[in-house]
Amino acid sequence: MNRTVDIVGVGWSGFGSITPDLSYKEMIFQAATRAYADAGIDPRNDAQGFVTAAEDYHEGTSIFDEYTPDQLGAVLRPMHTITGDGLHALAAAYMNIASGLMNVVVVEAHSKASNILTLDHITAFAEDPTFERPLAINPVALAGLEMQRGLDAGRYTVEQCAQVVVKNKNNALANPAAAYAAAIGKKPVLEAQPLATPLTRLMAASHADGAIVFVLADSDTAKRFKGKPVRVRGIGWANDTPALDSREWLDAKYARKAAEMAYRVAQIRHPRGEIDFAEVDDTFAYKELQHLEALQLTEPGQAGALTEQGATERAGALPVNPSGGGLGVGSLLDANGLARALEVVLQLRGEAGARQLHKANTGLAFAWRGLPTTSGAAVVLSN
Amino acid sequence: MEHLVYPSKGLSEQAFEKREVLFETWHVKAEYAWDTGVAIGKYLAELKEGRIVGRRCFKCKRVMVPPRMFCEHCFRPTDEWAYVQDIGTVKTFSLCYVRWDMVRLTEPEIPAVIDLDGASRGMGIMHKLGAVDSRAVKIGMRVQAVWKPPAERTGSITDIAYFKPL
Amino acid sequence: MSMRRVAVVGAGMTKFVRRSQETGRELSWEAVSKALESCEMSLDQMDCVVMGSAPDAFDGVHMKAEWLSDGAGAWGKPYMRGYVGGGTGVFAPAQGWYHIASGLFDTCLVVCEERMSPTQPHPQAAFNSIFDNFTERALGPNLLWIFALEMNAYMNRYGLKKEDIALVSVKNKRNAADHPASLLGDPNITVQDVLNSEVLAWPVQRLDVSPITDGAVALVLAAEPVARRVTPKPVWIEGVGWCLDTAYWTNRDLSYPTYVEEAARMAYKMAGIKEPRKEIHIAEPYDPFDYKELHHLEGLMLFGKGQAPEATARGVTQRTGDLPVCPSGGLLGVGNPIAAAGLMKIAELFWQLRGEAGKRQVPGDPRRGVAQAWGDLMQVGTVVVMGK
Repeated sequence: MNRTVDIVGVGWSGFGSITPDLSYKEMIFQAATRAYADAGIDPRNDAQGFVTAAEDYHEGTSIFDEYTPDQLGAVLRPMHTITGDGLHALAAAYMNIASGLMNVVVVEAHSKASNILTLDHITAFAEDPTFERPLAINPVALAGLEMQRGLDAGRYTVEQCAQVVVKNKNNALANPAAAYAAAIGKKPVLEAQPLATPLTRLMAASHADGAIVFVLADSDTAKRFKGKPVRVRGIGWANDTPALDSREWLDAKYARKAAEMAYRVAQIRHPRGEIDFAEVDDTFAYKELQHLEALQLTEPGQAGALTEQGATERAGALPVNPSGGGLGVGSLLDANGLARALEVVLQLRGEAGARQLHKANTGLAFAWRGLPTTSGAAVVLSN
Repeated sequence: MEHLVYPSKGLSEQAFEKREVLFETWHVKAEYAWDTGVAIGKYLAELKEGRIVGRRCFKCKRVMVPPRMFCEHCFRPTDEWAYVQDIGTVKTFSLCYVRWDMVRLTEPEIPAVIDLDGASRGMGIMHKLGAVDSRAVKIGMRVQAVWKPPAERTGSITDIAYFKPL
Repeated sequence: MSMRRVAVVGAGMTKFVRRSQETGRELSWEAVSKALESCEMSLDQMDCVVMGSAPDAFDGVHMKAEWLSDGAGAWGKPYMRGYVGGGTGVFAPAQGWYHIASGLFDTCLVVCEERMSPTQPHPQAAFNSIFDNFTERALGPNLLWIFALEMNAYMNRYGLKKEDIALVSVKNKRNAADHPASLLGDPNITVQDVLNSEVLAWPVQRLDVSPITDGAVALVLAAEPVARRVTPKPVWIEGVGWCLDTAYWTNRDLSYPTYVEEAARMAYKMAGIKEPRKEIHIAEPYDPFDYKELHHLEGLMLFGKGQAPEATARGVTQRTGDLPVCPSGGLLGVGNPIAAAGLMKIAELFWQLRGEAGKRQVPGDPRRGVAQAWGDLMQVGTVVVMGK
């Protein structure tokens, strides 16, 4: 108890809109091999636990847990899955170490979204079977409903949402692992096909494939490894209600609660002063703005204006999604949160190449589980 | 502890059949096209040619079927392809009188795990036995693959129709 | 290093039924309300919620934990679902344990829900897609195959007869007659009934198998200072363990569950148990099929390899025997709503160790018990040791 936990190695593979050359196992093996090399560990001897985040219907396999151990070196070891975001899996690993039960735990999440032919139908299958599903509305309409609510309340404008897309796709140009980078302006974003008004096609992240593996260790053990450790200072997660009729449509309550917990654990009292940069879920452009406010990184109703002023660009006062975010890198299903956290780790280690930020001592990663959920997780990482 | 059991209500099959209760039905449209990758891609392509291929790990010396590009015990890449025989030994079997949706069968299906010759000891695959009296099936029995005609093979485990006694 | 002590302080459950009128969210609520009632705590006092539930295909809802969350009491709380197939029900309390042991939380609500009945034409259909999508699914396999293949391998290895194994089914269905939540308790069932039942996938017959069931179970876990305030009789989680073997199940020796042994070793080490057969007084091993109880008793190192059937024949595992096994009635008797069935075993240990098991109470003041579940492709073991 009261042990500190570090991220001592990271590895990834894929990050393309398709990855036809590799099976999911082979893609994960690549990412794991790189993460273990980064940490300087042998998973068969040095790791006590393994956690994968995965959902059965994203894999097309019931009880996907069955297929998780081999490619991680986890055969006959304590391994389990979390049906959640990669950051929930990270939280599980954190707890296994903080409790004193384990010293080194591996976390993995991946996406083979390109292999799913009917993703919209599967997302709809997450809705309530009697109250919601029979209406047979594409779930993206829920994003339209929520965005409309924010516009109506004056939290942001359509132009500000478009500016989020412009920033993130341009940021992605400096990220070799981004599938959807573009030197794009606001006009095409605003004029793109409507998905569910006011949301246009370019305001929604497209899907990508990829695998991400992290190695976590308690801080004493971490000293023995060659990697440059990044401290997990705080972690938090929370759910709002799943019911469409009673959730908070304006504010992202799940993000507020998750961040409150993460800040409490990290002993952060003034997030705006103490967080240097953030990687936050931007599955839909307005979500970045909604999340920044819920995460207490801006005042309510200010995230859009700050975005227009350039404050959230890489050179701004609060860089947000320097990686390119989901809009630029691609949405990685259950691996979204680890993709956000991966960028935070690289920035903190000074290994972000052309997109390296000048001031990167403490960063926040935040993940939302996507439609139709109200489930989020946050992690605060520091040098 | 009786008071800690909630008196949840169980419904009868009849209540559903006679529609005495209301219910929603839904057919989920869940379709996938999985990337086979290197190891399984080769495995399926070789099945189409009437051959069974595995992978060898130089470290633990195992020949593994189905093939994999990494050795799960040594956690390292495997090293070379290794063909194994389509002859093997029944490691275990069942006589299954119900289909996957619990419809009864008059003649049983006979799933079995078969250790293939040329693969390392214990390296079996699952398949079905055929052309055999179900009462005669025994653990330890020697069996051989019966391949579909080349024109009917599609690059699937079902390119082997079944295994029959040798 | 010394770890934070965590206790179970409350438990509640629904009746186990073939087809519930309640939705999954409602079943979750029912179990939670009973668990909170049992320790006179309120939902506000729960710091976080852990959900356990097996395949989404059963309830027919993708990301079903999200959908179940408000029924499970997770509205506005940290909420997480762990998933190890059939092993989930005993993993969930281990997960609750690490939530509290981490120091992040002082209380945790653990909820396991399963509704198998929504899947049509038969819940077995949901198991089609557990097989490897490239190398096995095209053969049209069903779940009974792998159990039958494993059971046959076990019988063949030790020369066991169906009669030796049917004793387990008889014992558990008889025990379950005393369980108020039971679906299939039967005080009069005989070995002959089991042997005469319909052959499904030889050697598996109808009465070798647990039934399709809907149900939910909930526990309240608390850190030591809270536990001591809440109840004079906390039951401590002394050890947790879990282990996952390779997905290449056809490459393994199916006659012995090594992954259960590894999970047990982890849990026993944490609990300081050196001689499990002497130091454990009650066992609730996973029994979705009768042979599995025997298999698991061996994996838990409570009996030597191949020796659990003989001990069963001698009555050692009867409720009044030297090592009562599945005094609850197990999955074979109480029912098998997958994840909820595993958590039911933890609830049973809780009640037994507190002396509150009523007609099922094991004599002789038992002080320590072990529960275990199993799942995936005969691949995962989850173990929890509890003591008073």
